[in-house]
Amino acid sequence: MSFVLVQVIVGGLLLGAVYALFSSGLTLVWGMMNIVNFAHGDFVMLGMYVAFMVFTLFGAGPLVGAPLATIVLATLGVVVYFGLIRSIMKGPMLAQILGTFGLALLLRYSVFWWFGANFLSLPQNIVGGTYAVFGLRIEASRLLAGVVALLVTLGLHLLLTRTSLGSKMLAVAEDATAAQLMGIRPDTMQAIAWAIAAGATGLAGALIATFFYIVPTVGETLGIVAFVTVSLGGFGSVPGALVAGLLIGVIESLSAYLIGAVYKDIVVYALFLSFLWFRPQGLMGKS
Amino acid sequence: MAFKHVLKLLAVAAVTVACAGAASGDDKVVKIGAIFPMTGGAASAGVHAKFALEVALDIINNAHPELGDFPLAKNAGLAGLGGAKVEVSFADNQGSPATGQNQALRLITEEKVVALTGAYQSGITLTTSAIAEKYGIPFLNGESVAANLTERGFKWFFRVTPVATDFAKIYSEFLADMKASGARTDSIALVHDNTEYGTSVAGTITQAFKDKGLNVALDVSYAVNATDVQSQVLQLKEKKPDVVLMISYTSDAILYAKTMQALDYKPPMLLADDAGYSDPSFIKAVGKSSQGAFNRSSWSVGPPGSTTAIIADLYKKKSGDEMDDTAARQMQGFFVLCEAIDRAGSTDPAKIQAALQKTDLKPNQLMMGYKGVKFDDKGQNVLASGVIIQLQDGENYVAVWPKANAEKAPVMPYKGW
Repeated sequence: MSFVLVQVIVGGLLLGAVYALFSSGLTLVWGMMNIVNFAHGDFVMLGMYVAFMVFTLFGAGPLVGAPLATIVLATLGVVVYFGLIRSIMKGPMLAQILGTFGLALLLRYSVFWWFGANFLSLPQNIVGGTYAVFGLRIEASRLLAGVVALLVTLGLHLLLTRTSLGSKMLAVAEDATAAQLMGIRPDTMQAIAWAIAAGATGLAGALIATFFYIVPTVGETLGIVAFVTVSLGGFGSVPGALVAGLLIGVIESLSAYLIGAVYKDIVVYALFLSFLWFRPQGLMGKS
Repeated sequence: MAFKHVLKLLAVAAVTVACAGAASGDDKVVKIGAIFPMTGGAASAGVHAKFALEVALDIINNAHPELGDFPLAKNAGLAGLGGAKVEVSFADNQGSPATGQNQALRLITEEKVVALTGAYQSGITLTTSAIAEKYGIPFLNGESVAANLTERGFKWFFRVTPVATDFAKIYSEFLADMKASGARTDSIALVHDNTEYGTSVAGTITQAFKDKGLNVALDVSYAVNATDVQSQVLQLKEKKPDVVLMISYTSDAILYAKTMQALDYKPPMLLADDAGYSDPSFIKAVGKSSQGAFNRSSWSVGPPGSTTAIIADLYKKKSGDEMDDTAARQMQGFFVLCEAIDRAGSTDPAKIQAALQKTDLKPNQLMMGYKGVKFDDKGQNVLASGVIIQLQDGENYVAVWPKANAEKAPVMPYKGW
């Protein structure tokens, strides 16, 4: 195997970890409430702008920006749940789609109005340059995002499977009425789920901002990958999103290198569709 | 009682409308439609285009004696139409050829514009100008460079900017000169997106280079608005071309610059084809990582007090950004259109078309470094030209080629960061 090929695969894994990171929030909301959050990509975008603001106002990097983005977005998640989601959940599926889509446009064009259409960027070395390991080049910012992706996935998985809060959330997801009869408040649980999901998404945005450009429409560019990652991984499965993200990242990188960048999406989506043909519930989803 | 109130209100409304109608009848207005990407991935370019046109409107509609003989500047409004004011209806193409087409239709049929300008992305200029052609409305394009736009036998389409064939010639002459001064130009890699702009410009350049005996060793084509370009950069790193020619919009241009730095890849020479590399937000975001990048341009600020310097100043006051080549070409296009309407002395589309066909502007009547403006049968400006500029300090481009127009000598190799 040629040396460059190893670099391509490493690059793909790091890319995939980032895909997994910004998909975890989506899969949580999707799995918990059966709501497709079309504003997900724009939550990532908001996280990126929080990181940018933290840098311009305080000169601080992701060490401050990432926690702050998590808190800001988690708060927004709760506000969105009580202000919008709770009411549109009672409506038909179409209302949910249009509701979150409207939210996406509202967020996008508010940022557009406030920050303008210019492309912004954090300084290249805000996390600390590039490491050369046996001649392989690994960007510190991507490595950080990859490690955080693993930690977030592990954390969410443990939360859902090992804690009473997680059990309560899953109970609400299973049957809200039955859960209520057991003394669990569905509203509270779902608001917590939104806070966690949006917070994780904000965290992802703040970390992606360290190596990607920032622009109001960036959610469009990143959003589609999140939906593919979640459906390949299995709706609601957090570890599934991680595996799917890594798979997509490596397939994208390899096909771009071996066949040509312009064909990589064809390869990814063809494999994705044929996989769903055999396993519509995704890699780790429940059938 | 209530009914009487309603009647009164209706009467007042009717009188108001009548007055407003009479008032606007006195002040003649020439309405032009402008279609740009105000939202979507290329919104940054569209927003700057809007600023450019607004500055042009200020120059046309108000007296600007400080601009000397610059067309339409001296007096307020269009003299040929009794001082009529020019008004622009802006429309958003959202980065989509279909939306652009719908907006063109709306501007023509509902807003009753007498001419159109736009639409930044070549692929959208393609569809919007087809609507103008169908309705017999002049379409003036100042910035789209895909060669085929003027190869469709259109009678209502006029383009002021130099096009892909012109740049291809500029690039091959520039590379020949650089080779003569010791730079290696034996293998060239083209990196371009898959839009109308990317593919057609890459195609034209490949053909022109082939004719000149230049070797295009690698063609890297990628889907626009990429999420990741590591593999493409690694391909370049492995093939080691002497020259990398970038044909990309802003989003991808920034991502390439960041990824090249992360993977520590510096081509000996990086030559960019305008677009993303001319966007002021590209320079702010990654200019310091792209030091030494060559680019093409037809715009130069010029010495203080010159027409171009005054225009650049007005633009900076309006937008907060430095004038870039793309915005300047759009502005120049708009001036050419208004000059023709002024000369036609009419808002009749056919008369504007006839005036455009007779356009003959000299270099001193232009803000761009063209040799003039004169359209051929296809509607292409045959006097369009450009220079090579270089981002030497990572903050401002300076003209480096040809020697006659150069502010500084070209610096090799590509420095990067």
